[in-house]
Amino acid sequence: MKKFWKNANMRLKVGMFMTAFFMILGFVVYFIPHVDPFSYNSYANKLPPSWENFLGTTSMGQDIFWLLIEAIHNSLAIGLIVALIGTVLGVFVGLLAGFSGGVLDRVLMVITDTFVVIPSLPILILMTSLMKGSSTVILMALVLAMFAWAWPSRQIRSMALSIKERDFIYTAKFSGEGTVQVVLTEILPFALTWSLSNFMNATLAAIASESSLAVLGLSPANLVSLGNMIQWARTRNAILAQQWFWIGSPIVATVLLFIGLFLLITGYNDYMSMKRGR
Amino acid sequence: MKFWKYFGLRVLTWALTILIGVTFIFFIPRMFPSDPVENMIGQMQSRSGQMDPLEMEHLRKSLRVQFGLDGSLVEQYTSFLWKGLLHFDFGPSLLSYPEPAGDIIMLYLPYTLGLSLTTTLLAWLIGNFIGLLAGFRKNKRSSKILEGIAICIYPIPYFIVALVLQIVFAFILKWLPLQSTIYANNGMWAYITSILKASVLPAVSLLLVNTGWWIISMKSLSSSTAEEDFVLYARYRGLSEGKIGKSYVFRNSILTQITALAMSLGGVFNGSIMTEIIFGYPGVGTLIQKAILQSDYNMILGCITISIVAIATATLIADLVYPLIDPRIRYS
Repeated sequence: MKKFWKNANMRLKVGMFMTAFFMILGFVVYFIPHVDPFSYNSYANKLPPSWENFLGTTSMGQDIFWLLIEAIHNSLAIGLIVALIGTVLGVFVGLLAGFSGGVLDRVLMVITDTFVVIPSLPILILMTSLMKGSSTVILMALVLAMFAWAWPSRQIRSMALSIKERDFIYTAKFSGEGTVQVVLTEILPFALTWSLSNFMNATLAAIASESSLAVLGLSPANLVSLGNMIQWARTRNAILAQQWFWIGSPIVATVLLFIGLFLLITGYNDYMSMKRGR
Repeated sequence: MKFWKYFGLRVLTWALTILIGVTFIFFIPRMFPSDPVENMIGQMQSRSGQMDPLEMEHLRKSLRVQFGLDGSLVEQYTSFLWKGLLHFDFGPSLLSYPEPAGDIIMLYLPYTLGLSLTTTLLAWLIGNFIGLLAGFRKNKRSSKILEGIAICIYPIPYFIVALVLQIVFAFILKWLPLQSTIYANNGMWAYITSILKASVLPAVSLLLVNTGWWIISMKSLSSSTAEEDFVLYARYRGLSEGKIGKSYVFRNSILTQITALAMSLGGVFNGSIMTEIIFGYPGVGTLIQKAILQSDYNMILGCITISIVAIATATLIADLVYPLIDPRIRYS
């Protein structure tokens, strides 16, 4: 651990710190008992920041601080679920295509390539507008995951193709290991480093997609997410009424969260390539 | 001969991508339990009370025809491919009935294409230029500061950048209008200036995010190219820094960036949709938003089909141009 800290670059350190900060807000502070920020008129309307309401209240008397914490929690949760599904599915499809070869490989790759090229936002708009009003968080995560698997699967396939011709794979095969065994013990470790970086990327992309859909009014209406929080403040004229804490706090939080995640990703990639000795 | 094989393969991939994409958007709505026709009838009933059952049956039938929902699934599919994909005929729009949705989209599409293509190219040029300088002289303080700014802007979603610009420049400083309006009827000059005025903030927000990305990627590309042996060799030969930068580092790293430009078009389109919506810029994004609010399915389907075709085609063009620029490629 000490060695890791010494070798880690600046970006990785700052990124880890920022991401950890949001993780704590979303998954630790979130569980401190508090008034439900979603219900209206828990407090007086439009209060300025005070010791009771750290960031003041909205026009509907909701506490902005706890609204923000809940939004961070839900956005992170959606991002992590989508990234998990996408990465696992992507690694699976990529390994399958890379190792099976032949017709299965071709078919899988045509589908994967289509998913890489197809503009995801319009299709997400189509799907979510069809379930307008009736969509739930889980459904939302599943829909977003549809576009999270293609890129990793393509990358993992080319990784598998280049690894499977190497000597140590033949050695493993000749010494009697089955294909599954080879994939698990020889190939997966290679794919894992890349998958972790992809996982963080997918988390970021999923949170961005969800908040984009929220701005279109297509995210579930009862979901307190960062995007929805911005959208609610916008539709209730927080900008015109100059309620800067209401519209500003989710914007600042999103910006910091994204910069933190991005620094974490690039820092991690640099760290891994340095460790490989490049 | 090899070129034609490459050409054929790329065109085939292009056609397959569009076909699969369109098939996808054809089947998704049909897998969902909600039926647009029943939704509309429900809305009408809640607005104007109960209808005569016979009349309603009639209405249901004509609505099914208008939405392309009559006949078997195979018939629907072939007619969707034939009419929608080949003739951009998606049936009438509900927003402005009975005008065809395809015609309305064609009115809005140039604005989106103009905005996104201009900003993409500008961002690519500016970003690569700055990125090259930053990568080539990576130990200078100015390089580090520029890269730091790029890193802080690039990961932010498009609509947040747009929203912040809107708050700062249109609301607080009042330099530009909060919402874009384009005057089409007050003569040519008013038309052009209103377009320019409407595009400033959307263009700047798209530019900021995109340029950030090109700076980051070009910087890492050129700084790794600058450490290659052939650059070292050029230094030993006593070539000037300018010559090394231009003919050695730039030529070699820009090629990767051309491929990346093709790959980035889809993302730019997504960003353009979001930015348009924030500013009310009259493009496909704003049209999609209106269509969603009014549940205008023909229009939504039309916008999405056209955007898939547009992005796939742009990618195809970039793919075909690439071998003309890169002498190393062997059409594989």
